[in-house]
Amino acid sequence: MDTMPRPTTISPAAWGRVRRSRYMADRALKAVCLLFTALGVFVLGWILLMLLYQGISALRPEVFTNTTPGPMTKGGGIANAIAGSFVLTFLGIVVATPVGVLAGTYLAEYGRGSKLAEVIRFVNDILLAAPSILIGLFVYTLMVQPMGGYSGWAGGVALAIIAVPVIVRTTEDMLRIVPGSLREAGAALGAPMSKVITKITWRAARAGMVTGVLLATARIAGETAPLLFTALNNNFWFRADLMGGVANLPVMIYQYALSPYQNWRELAWAGALVITLTILALSIVARLLFRKETAR
Amino acid sequence: MSSIAVDTSSAIGRSVADTAAPVRIAVRNLDFFYGDFRSLKDISIDFYDRQVTALIGPSGCGKSTLLRTFNRIYSLYPEQRAEGEILLDGQNVLSPSIDVNELRARVGMVFQKPTPFPMSIYDNIAFGIRLYENLPRSELDGRVEEALRKAALWDEVKDKLRQSGMGLSGGQQQRLCIARTIAQQPEVILLDEPTSALDPISTGKIEELIEQLRAEFTIVIVTHNMQQAARISQFTAFMYLGELVEFGPTNKMFMTPTKKQTQDYITGRFG
Repeated sequence: MDTMPRPTTISPAAWGRVRRSRYMADRALKAVCLLFTALGVFVLGWILLMLLYQGISALRPEVFTNTTPGPMTKGGGIANAIAGSFVLTFLGIVVATPVGVLAGTYLAEYGRGSKLAEVIRFVNDILLAAPSILIGLFVYTLMVQPMGGYSGWAGGVALAIIAVPVIVRTTEDMLRIVPGSLREAGAALGAPMSKVITKITWRAARAGMVTGVLLATARIAGETAPLLFTALNNNFWFRADLMGGVANLPVMIYQYALSPYQNWRELAWAGALVITLTILALSIVARLLFRKETAR
Repeated sequence: MSSIAVDTSSAIGRSVADTAAPVRIAVRNLDFFYGDFRSLKDISIDFYDRQVTALIGPSGCGKSTLLRTFNRIYSLYPEQRAEGEILLDGQNVLSPSIDVNELRARVGMVFQKPTPFPMSIYDNIAFGIRLYENLPRSELDGRVEEALRKAALWDEVKDKLRQSGMGLSGGQQQRLCIARTIAQQPEVILLDEPTSALDPISTGKIEELIEQLRAEFTIVIVTHNMQQAARISQFTAFMYLGELVEFGPTNKMFMTPTKKQTQDYITGRFG
């Protein structure tokens, strides 16, 4: 160790102290980082374990076939809430995907360096961070009041508003990664910009863009606040015209978890587990897809 | 060529410049601006039909900038502009009435880094053809094969035309890009340092290819490699600080340059 280079202006003893203190500082930082990482993972693991413990015991076959029970009844399931959540999430993502993808494309391809694009990006970032209850209230005034009642349509729109900024952001980010040389090569063949975008840059960014849509789906699948004012919830299957309340998992969990009835609380845990596993599966699919495409 | 000691001068001007060839591109008093910065200064130069012209000069001398004016690819960037005249077959390509996309189909370009599109080998070639021609499948197949043959890539890819073009090696990707360009049957091909990202063997293949393509196309190539310029071009233009210093047949430029700057650059005294 004494052969290590040492500044000649410092005595060996002083240099040893400096070196020891540097080692100590290095180890201390590493230890603190590790400790807090462990803390974060521990909390996450705790949540998941508790969810599994409570949820699995509540998962009986009839949970997936029966509708949500009324007060002071036995058993029941969450089939209507699962179906309703599926419909609302689907509606939201179907509305949000074209809006988000096209807006993101504008920002990344057409709006480079333009003032308008900067404003849109700023507004989008605000929307991304907006409290979701606000969006619920907004859609309540915009749709629920004029239409004279809660509806799946209002719920879908509220979820779409949550999903749009997520998709705009990921689409723009993914398109920006596409090298400019690819755009130049397309233009050099005489391709108009619309062809360069739809045939080349979208294709090059496809995996990332699909990942963004999947992550947005995962995000809105668990949203509660925007649905409280729009789709509400009920104990029946959704109507074909989606008018009236539409049963859904997040609001069902919110209402049942705080109830005095044992079977309701168990169903809330079952619903929480179903949502979590769905989101987990979506995230894994998104990750695999992205990795597979970018590895090529 | 059994001797091991190779006399490099024998490689210079392998084929003799045809000074009687008609002029394909005539540049007249061209200025170019990046914002307020004037990067090309009053360039006037002729490019001859079915000859290879090499643009050489140190980094930042404007040779790539000059190349990028011929197909107006610079106009993708709003802060860049060109002033003056570039006459392609007598027609000023800088005129606002020119359709840039049609111009680019007539003046093809290959870039420094290979730029295969994220699609199959077949679709990479067909992309450019489909933009301007609506061909029945059998004819399209024929055009794709012809382009790949001309780019000396057919034998390597004929069994995997449906596979992604991104899976090819760097040298193959660059030949794919050349095939994509010639599939459009352009008049002029612009090559912007096409071998600087390739290994020597791939470089050799591309150089051979350029030699063959000269029979059909007018070629302008930007290169940092002076030996390459000497090997493959009939004409050479030396640029420095945005100005055209000297232009002439390659063998004359390399053997008896008239300007001292040219002499210094070619002999490696700066650059």
